Amino acid sequence: MTDAATDMPEKAPAQTAHGSLLSESPLMKKRNAAEARFKMYGIVAITFGLAFLIFLTFSILRNGIPAFTHTVVNVEFTLTQEQFDEAESKMLKTAAYTDIFVTNITETFQQDGLDVAFDADTIERLLGKVGGNLREFYRENPDQIGQPVTFELSAASRVERYLQGKLTRDMVVDGRFLEAADLDVVDAMVDAGIIGSAFDWNFITGTDTGVDNPGGAGIGVSVIGSFFMMLIVLLLSLPIGVAASIYLEEFAPKNRWTDLIEVNISNLAAVPSIVFGILGLAVFIQFAHLPQSAPLVGGLVLTLMTLPTIVISTRASLKSVPPSIRDAALGVGASKMQSVFHHVLPLAMPGILTGTIIGLAQALGETAPLLLIGMVGYVAREYPDGIASGLLDPNSAMPAQIYTWAARSDEAFFEKAWGGIIILMIFLLTMNIIAIILRRKFERRW
Amino acid sequence: MKDMIPVDRKMSTMQDSKISARGVQVYYGETHAIKDVSVEIADNTVTAFIGPSGCGKSTFLRCINRMNDTIDTARVMGDILIDGEDIYDPRVDPVQLRAKVGMVFQKPNPFPKSIYDNVAYGPKIHGLARNKADLDEIVEKSLRKAALWEEAKDRLDKPGTGLSGGQQQRLCIARAIATAPEVLLMDEPCSALDPIATAQVEELIDELRQSYSVVIVTHSMQQAARVSQKTAFFHLGNLVEYDDTDKIFTNPQDPRTESYISGRIG
Ligand SMILES: Nc1ncnc2c1ncn2[C@@H]1O[C@H](COP(=O)(O)OP(=O)(O)O)[C@@H](O)[C@H]1O
Ligand SMILES: [Mg+2]
Repeated sequence: MTDAATDMPEKAPAQTAHGSLLSESPLMKKRNAAEARFKMYGIVAITFGLAFLIFLTFSILRNGIPAFTHTVVNVEFTLTQEQFDEAESKMLKTAAYTDIFVTNITETFQQDGLDVAFDADTIERLLGKVGGNLREFYRENPDQIGQPVTFELSAASRVERYLQGKLTRDMVVDGRFLEAADLDVVDAMVDAGIIGSAFDWNFITGTDTGVDNPGGAGIGVSVIGSFFMMLIVLLLSLPIGVAASIYLEEFAPKNRWTDLIEVNISNLAAVPSIVFGILGLAVFIQFAHLPQSAPLVGGLVLTLMTLPTIVISTRASLKSVPPSIRDAALGVGASKMQSVFHHVLPLAMPGILTGTIIGLAQALGETAPLLLIGMVGYVAREYPDGIASGLLDPNSAMPAQIYTWAARSDEAFFEKAWGGIIILMIFLLTMNIIAIILRRKFERRW
Repeated sequence: MKDMIPVDRKMSTMQDSKISARGVQVYYGETHAIKDVSVEIADNTVTAFIGPSGCGKSTFLRCINRMNDTIDTARVMGDILIDGEDIYDPRVDPVQLRAKVGMVFQKPNPFPKSIYDNVAYGPKIHGLARNKADLDEIVEKSLRKAALWEEAKDRLDKPGTGLSGGQQQRLCIARAIATAPEVLLMDEPCSALDPIATAQVEELIDELRQSYSVVIVTHSMQQAARVSQKTAFFHLGNLVEYDDTDKIFTNPQDPRTESYISGRIG
């Protein structure tokens, strides 16, 4: 550096109109402060959002995960040929099996030095119809007679809650479901190390149960109900929505009528879903006499709800296709229709698919309209047999099932409701991931 | 009907004119973009439209293949005849017209498809090829005419959008000539290209003259002088002067042409 250069900072400020570049001007200071403030607001907002998300995820998982496991009693059991023949010759055959089972458990207890008295009724209260299950097993697998077999028997939900500490001895009122003395047997089972917990497939594949059996309730049937509704929504709203958007965007003249339609579609997207529900009740059930609680009706209502979403996203993606592509197609003598279907639509596809999947995901989680067409509160006890039955027979749907469980008085159902939310979230997440993958895959550069 | 006499006179020269426009007016809503333009464009000639930006060159060009039909507000009046047939006759389907009158746009706009599909698309929709071999031949011929064959023959299945700007524009030219047009309209085809690509396209335009009537819009007077035989000067929607290119550039009749080519307007 020369001397002149080192002198510069002192002399320069007074000489140029802009002042020194080495010190911040007052206006610059203000602008920088505003920018820093804005960034901070952003970070605070994002932090809040994230914290809330983490809290939500955590509480859903904490409350819901127990729904996926159930308490089981693992019993190693050997049935001799004589016992089998003897039991089969009795009048009350299943009772005979239960008795054999009771003897077996008692022996297990005695080996561990535990001494509790119980009978077949206790076993039924704790583990359900053990005798029937055993008999069924040995009649179907005669070759297992004389062999040691480990049975995994699921315990009643009250046993589970006792083990979790949610049910205490002084809360127990002797009755059909549980007696205080039964808990001694449970304690003995714990001491003998035969009680444990296992993944509950029944929660995923099972059917809903009555209010008295929260342990056995599963979400399977309502998943099927949701599936059929989504099928209807997809089959109706995708073609109708896309066709309507293509017509409005590419063919319809731009005038007051199309403006009016456009405004109405935007408004429709903002209509509360319960309004669609009451419309569905009035039109599909009361007027068209379609069956109540049927996934067909649910699907139709949700189609109405999803259509505006699909139309709006489809039009947006059609608009984003560069006009030069349309010119190119028309320039080589493609008809309007050819230019749309050969060139514009393929380019708009990723956007359309994403919009559709997001619309479907919204519809999947929608509860309010289902309330009005009778899906909430319906106890879905049976799997539909076939497509027609799946569409027309009364069923529940995932969000409706969750709502139903949450509304039941037995606390054990709450856990099921949280578990149901996890399953619903898994479906929604999967759909969103599919949307992202599709968009990535079909996205083309031009 | 003052135009009656000139129209009659032009009828006699119709034999060697491919396109004849008579009293063409174009409005975009209230904007009067083309004011009473009449012009005779010959076959196997390159005709250049020059003029300051916004004077209506593109608008007039787009009348010749009825691309203005796609603009809602555009209204075209007057007659444009190609081979003596009025292209604005209600019986004319613009889609059919555009197979006969190809167009190349200002910005290269290949379809986001393979090079092969870009060229094959037109012949396919117009049913010009009976089988795959036919189509292959058309694609090769068109790419050769567009001077792109050597560069593209090994990558026909690669996306056309992956080519360089100049190659893309030649691909668009190949696409336009694949439908076997008789007229080729080009709207500033070199404005997005670098000088080397421009030179290649200009050379190509000169060759295309053998088979087509080429109409080119350009903002570059040098380009008009290099490639065209006839030049039309537009100003504020009027066709000011239309003559042999040499004459326009050496001895313009109208003072507005004179000032434009000497750099005083535009
Ligand atoms: N789509 C359009 N809608 C309304 N006005 C237009 C449209 N296209 C061109 N114009 C107007 O028409 C006039 C001529 O435009 P254009 O033909 O594009 O000029 P050039 O190609 O000579 O630059 C201009 O005033 C322009 O503003
Ligand atoms: Mg232009």
